[in-house]
Amino acid sequence: MAGEHPPDPETTQVHAAQPEFGDMVQQELESLLPFTARVRQFFEQLGGMVVMSMRALRRALHRPWGLGDLAYQMVALGQRSLSIATLVAIFAGLVISLQFAYFLARFGVQHTVGKVVVLTLFRELGPVLTALTVGARIGSGITAELGSMKVTEQIDAIAALGADPIKKLVAPRLIACTVVLPVLTALADVFGLVAGSLVVYSEYDIPLEQFYRSVVETATLADFTSGIAKSAIFGFVIASVGCFKGFNVSGGTEGVGRATTETVAIASVAICLSDFFLTKLFLSL
Amino acid sequence: MTPLIQYQDIYKAFGKKKIFEGLDLQIEKGETLTIIGGSGTGKSVLLKLLIGLLYPDSGAILFDGADVTQLPEEGLRAVRKRVSMVFQGSALFDSLTVGENIAYPLRENMRELSEDEIRARVANKLELVNLAGIEQMKPSDLSGGMRKRVGLARAIATDPEVILWDEPTTGLDPISTRVIDELIVSMKKTLGATSVVVTHDMDSAFRVSDRMAMLARRKIVECGTVSQMQNSKNPDVRAFFDARK
Repeated sequence: MAGEHPPDPETTQVHAAQPEFGDMVQQELESLLPFTARVRQFFEQLGGMVVMSMRALRRALHRPWGLGDLAYQMVALGQRSLSIATLVAIFAGLVISLQFAYFLARFGVQHTVGKVVVLTLFRELGPVLTALTVGARIGSGITAELGSMKVTEQIDAIAALGADPIKKLVAPRLIACTVVLPVLTALADVFGLVAGSLVVYSEYDIPLEQFYRSVVETATLADFTSGIAKSAIFGFVIASVGCFKGFNVSGGTEGVGRATTETVAIASVAICLSDFFLTKLFLSL
Repeated sequence: MTPLIQYQDIYKAFGKKKIFEGLDLQIEKGETLTIIGGSGTGKSVLLKLLIGLLYPDSGAILFDGADVTQLPEEGLRAVRKRVSMVFQGSALFDSLTVGENIAYPLRENMRELSEDEIRARVANKLELVNLAGIEQMKPSDLSGGMRKRVGLARAIATDPEVILWDEPTTGLDPISTRVIDELIVSMKKTLGATSVVVTHDMDSAFRVSDRMAMLARRKIVECGTVSQMQNSKNPDVRAFFDARK
């Protein structure tokens, strides 16, 4: 046809690009939606944990105290975690002592190894390693126990029978975990130091007396208490995550398994994150 | 007379799944009302709403004049002391013995009782459900039917004013079913208890009910006495009743 112009390549390109642009926007929005939903879910869960923990603490202050439940939880959590906490501490003490002694020997100051080991153990490795190993175990155990109770309607039954599930189940676990973890950390500190002193004695001939003298000269009460305070906060975080995840299990036994795994992941990340900020805080004090 | 329990214009959804849309139901003091309906229609949800285990999206649930959806935690606990629930899956506490399970509501709500009185009550309730002498057993050692009956014994331990029975006879043998039915009737006769029973077992429903309510299409579509329901022309009721023939 004589009057027909050939298609303008620019216009064609623009017309062709228009739906592509729309698709791109839509794709972008769709890819953002799960992200925003995840962010929202994260803040909802964080808020839920804080609210549940605060509620538990507030209710724990009212009669009846539930000291029996608290004592049971403290013994159960402590007893179950004692062996793994000490085992990890012994090997951590052995390894860091060997590493530091090897490094310091290059400068001929291996006799100062006790100073470095005690600070590393008290301020950092003791609380963090204990929280990561024991915490994962305690947190997942709490989620599994409460999650099973949730799917078998036992938590509903506690409420239906006139009791308060938050006070009965969350408060004792929260307090027990906050108290037990520092005790385990203190034990881990001691076991780690003893193991470290023995290994440098046997490998580098550093007398035990010299090792412990440098420990006592270097470590202050603040070094020890900052680690203990950290572990108390880690304990609180672990129990909060464990209880919240357990209380919010859905989807039967499969849901319990999923929640348990999530607890380990969330608690571990929370420990690492809070460790950074707590370290900054304690160093500035 | 004002009904003891009133569900008023209840809406409830789980995510996108709508359970109730404008549900209304009245339950008189001292009567035994059975709620029937297909699986997944929200019969158990209806019971849980009454004691605040779940909350409606909108609407009011009046118990003895007080709206339980607006009650603070303390008020809700006061309601739960008067209303007891028998759970579908028994919901016995695994870590406690049978005796401790039944004693649980007594220790929580009747602190004035001595240990001897608690022991006597536990023994009495176990006898009522034909399970005398199993106080020291753990729930894991019991059969499904026995667990169910222990759950019943726990629910009636405090002699509550209202008992919510969530499928009390499902999975039980005919003799145990008869025992439970007689128990529901006797709770009404001896204690004057109001019972709300959720069941699929129509024979049991006919035996225990003063009135029946049919839950379908997200609301109560028919409510009446046993004979009224048996002669109902409502298509949902007819379909449900005819399905058992």
